[in-house]
Amino acid sequence: MELSNEKVYQKQGYRLHILPSKKYKTINVVAKFKAPIKRQSITERALLPQVLQKATNQHPNIRSLQSAFEDLYGMALSSDGTKKGESHVISFRMEVVNEAFLKDNAPILDQALQLFNEVLFSPKAENGAFDEKIVEREKQTLEQKIRSIKDDKMNYANMRLIDHMCEGEPYSLHVHGYLDDLATITPQTLHTYYQKFIEQDLLDVYVIGDFDEAEIEQSVDEYFTRPTSDNEDVPAQSTSSPVESVNEVTEREELNQGKLHIGFRTFTHFGDEDYYALQIFNGLFGGFPSSKLFENVREKHSLAYYAASRFESHKGLLLVFSGIDPNDYEQAKTIILEQLQAMKEGRFTEEEVAETREQVINQLLETMDSAQGLIEILYHKILSHGDMTLDDLMKGIKNVTHDQVVKVADKIELDTIYFLTSNEQGGEEA
Amino acid sequence: MKELRYEQIQETIYTETLDNGLEVFLLSKPEMAKTYGVFTTNYGSIDQTFTPLGGDEHVKVPEGIAHFLEHKMFEKEDRDVFQDFTKKGASANAFTSFTKTAYLFTATSQVDDNVKTLLDFVQDPYFSKESVDKEKGIIGQEIRMYDDQPDWQAFFGTIQSMYHEHPVKVDIAGTIDSINQITKDDLYSCYETFYHPSNMILFVAGNFDVQAMMDLIRSNQQAKEFPPIPEIDRSYPEEPAHVAVREDSIEMPVTRAKSLVGLKEKVTHLSGKELLQSELLSSMILDYYFSKSGAFYEELYERDLIDDSFHFETELDRQFGFTILGGDTRQPDELARRVKEMLHQLKEEKIGKEDFERMKRKKIGQFVRSLNSMEFIANQFSHYHVLGVDLFEVLPEIEKLTVADAEQFLEHWVKDDQISVFQVLPQKEQVS
Repeated sequence: MELSNEKVYQKQGYRLHILPSKKYKTINVVAKFKAPIKRQSITERALLPQVLQKATNQHPNIRSLQSAFEDLYGMALSSDGTKKGESHVISFRMEVVNEAFLKDNAPILDQALQLFNEVLFSPKAENGAFDEKIVEREKQTLEQKIRSIKDDKMNYANMRLIDHMCEGEPYSLHVHGYLDDLATITPQTLHTYYQKFIEQDLLDVYVIGDFDEAEIEQSVDEYFTRPTSDNEDVPAQSTSSPVESVNEVTEREELNQGKLHIGFRTFTHFGDEDYYALQIFNGLFGGFPSSKLFENVREKHSLAYYAASRFESHKGLLLVFSGIDPNDYEQAKTIILEQLQAMKEGRFTEEEVAETREQVINQLLETMDSAQGLIEILYHKILSHGDMTLDDLMKGIKNVTHDQVVKVADKIELDTIYFLTSNEQGGEEA
Repeated sequence: MKELRYEQIQETIYTETLDNGLEVFLLSKPEMAKTYGVFTTNYGSIDQTFTPLGGDEHVKVPEGIAHFLEHKMFEKEDRDVFQDFTKKGASANAFTSFTKTAYLFTATSQVDDNVKTLLDFVQDPYFSKESVDKEKGIIGQEIRMYDDQPDWQAFFGTIQSMYHEHPVKVDIAGTIDSINQITKDDLYSCYETFYHPSNMILFVAGNFDVQAMMDLIRSNQQAKEFPPIPEIDRSYPEEPAHVAVREDSIEMPVTRAKSLVGLKEKVTHLSGKELLQSELLSSMILDYYFSKSGAFYEELYERDLIDDSFHFETELDRQFGFTILGGDTRQPDELARRVKEMLHQLKEEKIGKEDFERMKRKKIGQFVRSLNSMEFIANQFSHYHVLGVDLFEVLPEIEKLTVADAEQFLEHWVKDDQISVFQVLPQKEQVS
């Protein structure tokens, strides 16, 4: 089975990735802008996509732009900003129904590409400034978003763990930005940053769906025009220094369930030889309901509803999450750390390794069935500056041995134990 | 095996009702790597009062039991069912809603074995006192997790303000107290009453041979014995049309207030077609006025009464129905007041023909987009089937809608005593 028919073309100022596929009734277009994570730009990068999606020179207010989307059978447009290793990536995602499924075969794809182009390259601006009202309003919205991170305890605990664990590293910067910086942004300064962003970010455009390849290439060519090719790239991987001492932090809030989140350093990155083994490690440790964390924290000791792990393969982090009763802190912590020890000592069977290989492959194949999922997997290649193909990835995972999992586990070091608990009880006394 | 072909969306469904009453639906998607199977019983959190199989009078079981039962189905005397799927490279899960409990897997290999595992584990219950007690700790933490989620509390608070008696007002997971009362005998009683094949639907979508799959399912079911059961006798309390509480609020540690307006639907035991039409019209009308392209949205946004969290949703079933609108706001009372006014105003507003055509196009686009997901198709098809609606007939139904349908719908939709307001307010500064 061919996993993807990705074809890559170098265009004026961006790389175009064309992915013909018969799996979908829609066409998806994703534009990914990549730049180094920096304190001086992170707040602007949080605000910018929101401003761009509100109005263009041709559709000068929210209602007229939204109505234009609706006319195209509800073309969907969204954006998000994420940290990947040392990079910050802004993704704009557009989806439009494949004309073949419409009664009148209305030709909407070209118009959708044109609108997408307007949003990115022709936002409403005058005399080097964005629309003041829109910027002010989006600043308020972002301010509120920053202030309310605390309302969602799971997200808040994730953020605090990374704050403590990666202090001083770019990765600890907050994706929503900072209130101090937000206050200084004006329609002019944001527009100045926008011009830098448009000129300097590394841009990759993915188009996926059932279409004629030559036609789609031509259409994207026509509607995606970028003024520059002078793009700034980001080093592929971060380096982590060995952990000097384990950091144990307890913080208190008004809450019912304590959040025990633990961070480890893996010293293994996407593209490394032992990356495949890390995938299997994570599956055995906390990635699936058959994993050691789920089995021991939840099933055996009934301490949690969720207890799981995931890894960040460009930064080299392994993160464990669980929601527990505030009084169960010591027990849950001990059990979680014991599971890592068991992994390091190779206390899992060949059979479990074989099953986990199958599960990881199943998970990857499933992810590739979704247009957005496939694009995310392919984009790892851009982030890591590597040339790993999807077939390499599958083959690498199929070949992981018990021994390799032990070796990759042995490299993992505990860095920070973070516990968000209630005001009244649980955790270490400060 | 019957073949249902849907030309416009280019899909074919194969269906058969087996001797034991189980309805099977298969959707072949050879271009996909994965197969998704979902085994659904027509039994959810609102089915609290019923005559147990073999019994002669109604019993009322503890709140949260359908969800508790869902958890316990995965544990057998000698093993955990997750492992059975794991060994076959699949991943499994389950969910409980107001009216359904569904067990599901996805797999990209060994699909036949995984379908058998799905059927076999759901049709072979094992409950013991020890395992029931153990689950109370796990579900207790699930409930605690929801207790800390302000959006969930706001959503359920709004439903509770609308309903007097109906069990839709009960949190699907129950409460710490109610789950502590659950016994293994309660679980068996619910299982035997609601998990008979004639009360269930199996939907498999993905990469497999349709004929072979139907044969496999048929022979799996023929090898098991299910004595016929009488029709299930469920009882729901009388629910008045008007809301229980016009205004209510709670305090939580949030940075900004949440203000939601609930509109309770009159339950008129609609036929499938009528129910679908109401669902389509209410969502299209709300979308027209309250989505980002809408006039009402624009006003609320301009007046700084809403932010990006503003949302609306409609849930319609045979037993109950409601619409909820709202979000985070600086002025919870003013937002609620204005949204209520707007709902009343809908009847007087006129929708132009051109605008209505745009509403339909948007709805068609949303619907076709959602068909990319086999999970959506399988879950929604099963959900609609029980209500007497065919998911794949939604597209022609949208195309048929007219402005006159919308006007007629609006004529009866909003009544003042069917509206409630629920707010989650920031805690007042505590003196420490």
